Amino acid sequence: MAKKRSKKSPLINGVGTKVLKAITGEAERLHGQIRRGTKPHMTYPVRSLSNVKYDPRRGHFKIGRSTSHRDLSYTTAKTFAQSVRLMSLSKDLVETDDIATKRDAYYMSKNWAEAAFDSQPDSDTMMDDIEAMLGMNREQLGFVPEEHGGGVAGALIVIDRDAVTGKKLEIDCAKQGSGAWSVPSCVEHLKFRTDAKFLLAIETTGMFQRLVKHAYWKKTNSILVAMGGVPSRACRRFIRKLSDERKLPVYVFTDGDPYGYTNIYRTLKVGSGNAAHLNEYFCVPRARFLGVTPDDIEKYDLPTHPLKEVDIKRARDALKNDPFIRHHKEWQKALQKLVSMGVRAEQQAFAAHGLNNVIEKYLPAKLRRGGMKTFLP
Amino acid sequence: MAKARTKKKPAKKAPRKTRAAKGKKKAAKPRAKSRAKKGAKKAAAPARSRAFIHRSKPKNGNGKHADGNGKVLTNGKDRARRTATEMAKQQRAISVSEFFSKNRHLLGFDNPTKALLTTVKEAVDNSLDACEEAGVLPDVFVEIQAVKDKADRYRVTVRDNGPGIVAKQIPQIFGKLLYGSKFHRLKMSRGQQGIGISAAGMYGLLTTGKPIRVTSRPGEGKRARYYEIHIDTRRNEPVVGKEEFVEWQKGSGTEVRIELVARYLRGKRSVDEYLEATAIANPHVRLEYTDPDKRKFVFQRATKELPAEPREIKPHPYGVELGVMMRMLRETRSHTLAGFLKSDFCRVSDRVARQICEEAKLYVRARPKRIARQEVDNLYRAVNATKIMNPPTDCLAPIGEEGIIAGMKKQLGAEFYTAVTRRPAVYRGNPFLVEVGVAYGGELPEEGLVRVIRFANRVPLLYQAGSCAINESIVGTDWRSYRLSQNRGALPAGPAVITVHFASVWVPFTSESKEAVAHYPEIIKEIKLGLQECGRRLSQFIGRRRRAAERERKLTHISQYVPHIARGLREILGFSEKHEKSVVRKIRDMLERSRT
Repeated sequence: MAKKRSKKSPLINGVGTKVLKAITGEAERLHGQIRRGTKPHMTYPVRSLSNVKYDPRRGHFKIGRSTSHRDLSYTTAKTFAQSVRLMSLSKDLVETDDIATKRDAYYMSKNWAEAAFDSQPDSDTMMDDIEAMLGMNREQLGFVPEEHGGGVAGALIVIDRDAVTGKKLEIDCAKQGSGAWSVPSCVEHLKFRTDAKFLLAIETTGMFQRLVKHAYWKKTNSILVAMGGVPSRACRRFIRKLSDERKLPVYVFTDGDPYGYTNIYRTLKVGSGNAAHLNEYFCVPRARFLGVTPDDIEKYDLPTHPLKEVDIKRARDALKNDPFIRHHKEWQKALQKLVSMGVRAEQQAFAAHGLNNVIEKYLPAKLRRGGMKTFLP
Repeated sequence: MAKARTKKKPAKKAPRKTRAAKGKKKAAKPRAKSRAKKGAKKAAAPARSRAFIHRSKPKNGNGKHADGNGKVLTNGKDRARRTATEMAKQQRAISVSEFFSKNRHLLGFDNPTKALLTTVKEAVDNSLDACEEAGVLPDVFVEIQAVKDKADRYRVTVRDNGPGIVAKQIPQIFGKLLYGSKFHRLKMSRGQQGIGISAAGMYGLLTTGKPIRVTSRPGEGKRARYYEIHIDTRRNEPVVGKEEFVEWQKGSGTEVRIELVARYLRGKRSVDEYLEATAIANPHVRLEYTDPDKRKFVFQRATKELPAEPREIKPHPYGVELGVMMRMLRETRSHTLAGFLKSDFCRVSDRVARQICEEAKLYVRARPKRIARQEVDNLYRAVNATKIMNPPTDCLAPIGEEGIIAGMKKQLGAEFYTAVTRRPAVYRGNPFLVEVGVAYGGELPEEGLVRVIRFANRVPLLYQAGSCAINESIVGTDWRSYRLSQNRGALPAGPAVITVHFASVWVPFTSESKEAVAHYPEIIKEIKLGLQECGRRLSQFIGRRRRAAERERKLTHISQYVPHIARGLREILGFSEKHEKSVVRKIRDMLERSRT
């Protein structure tokens, strides 16, 4: 259901009526059940890694068939009411072409008396449930995340619209000085102009700033994106859209630890387990992992920290349950190696060999034809 | 008991005395020594006392130490010794009343508080027994007055509408201990020993010097008589101080007035509690009570039905002890053993009588009086070795499940009541039955342990709860499985009252003061079975109530969200507010139907 609908019209503005139709359809279904005197229920796809399949052909996570059935009952009464009211709020937003941040939505629920959300994680989860149920993403429903989408610098011109006049507006990411252009929460309307050779997605803002400071993108004719931890949906969508349109290779540079591998990189490449229902558009299957790999730690003799218990647990869990890791032997080997080494290394560890070591030695070596062979899938 | 001791004394000492005398007489004779030794040995063997042997040697050896007054000097020390004749002067029968005047705690007069309760209790028990036996719905009036200017002195008056007492019997009944109609028969009644009211009178007499005052009119058309009765405690005989004809309001009845040293307290184990409990176990009784502060309480009748008249039964062979059997053999009017067994016991048929005789190797036509002296041991053993049918049980008059519930309802503002009347069972040849009632919730206090009200033959038992089979049975029942909380080895806790009624032709009390039922396994088993049955019903009720409360809570919880669902749907679908209300109604109806 999700696929069919969003395939044809992934854009927010174009899908207003579709969103309204989906919401009204669900409401009518419930209304019908109530009028017939039967117990109203809602059906949600199960949103967890256990209900996710890795589709190697398409290169991203797909949601499985498990659904959870929610009857109106003692335990579900509150969430049931909240779902209906949140859908109503969404309908309102779409109709008035407005947006609400996730936090806005949380505060708006405070008007619902006893049906108000107790905390924002509750309302966020509810939003995820509704988008999964309707097969719409929350941006389409009028809800936007608080998180910043990431910073961009490099050989790229983004074509946006002026917020007031709606006129075309060109933003040159090469002219952001020592700063960066910030990815908006919604990127569907953006257009791009670039002749860059590749896109480098970087985990930490610190590393990003170093590369910007030394105009690394100019030397390599590339686009730099700071993800700042796990990439937001907007960031993923931006990279996907940009790389798809310009056929740009995407390289990912994270810390050499299980979090960098299985959370940051895996989420960027194949999507998240939690929102697998819309991974199709919020992932970058063409992304490749540049580093820091366990081999790099040895090869570059990087200063390390011992793996924490949570790191080991995360690695083991990924080896056991993550469909993406389980599909790629290379990743399994890398994770096993990291666990057996018992250490992790941060991107900035290269500074031990000189502040610009990463620019002068590591990245060039990696980006040579031979170096690319050390990339992980 | 005391009698036995006085008899024993001379018997033990007799040989010693004679030997001492002999020794004195024959001191000069050469053979005396050896003879004396022989005698000493003989005496020492049964006595088995080292001191005795040690002393006997020098004493008999020279005879110097014994003087003519029977005083024996040992080790140079003077020690008073008495002769049998001297002792005999002090040896005499002890009257029952004298014994109990010294041991009044055995009868429930240990302290002033308890004395007051026991006095009221004995008088009320007698009144109720008399009324019921006469087939009259009891109307009992109880008054406790503080005696003017004398602290700790009270006057207890108990008046009933019973059949009254024949003038000739009044002094005996109220002035002689162990005089009564109930001891010699096996019949379910409140009193059983004939001690109670006369003991109360005696207690009053001992503490205040005032006699028991009794007024009784034995029927319409007869004159009422007033007696003042003292008790000659030595002879256990009543002494009538005053006797006169008086006016009586109407009908027959008896009034007893006793003045005694006592203390009046309210609360646990008080007269108030006793009367309330009496009202519970006797829903057919109307009680009027005026306390020392002149406050008046009326416990109304909850039923106009008198309890069934309990039937008197003959003793069952299993329930008779050796001594009792001897007495029965002596006193029987039968001329043959088989006849005695058949006519003086219940459940003994021709066949059973023959079996017993055979087992005892006794001739069926043997004379009972002879058996009493010689072969009673064999007979007793044979009786207990023969299989005999249980005693008839229709001799018991239970309060009945409805009666217990009515009684509890009258006094306890609980929410739930249940009662179980067990089928009669037998302990030691005595038929008995157990009734259990449980009240729960309502106005009963949430905190603390449950209240236990114990009854034996409809009489509330207020003291000695800890040593009573009823309490033991309650403590030994697992109330947690019936949804009451309970600590190990303790009574359960919660807003509940447990009443247990033990009814029998002979209630096995642990003491004469009739405060606790003895721990016969058969009795405990029956009580527990009754408790368990009530417990199951209670558990069902609590469970149902909890589930209802839970359902209510859930429904309320869901209910508060229903308007939001309707509101949201209205906002999305744009229907009218009127329709929104109908959607709310529809959802509520649906939830009600599905019982969430």
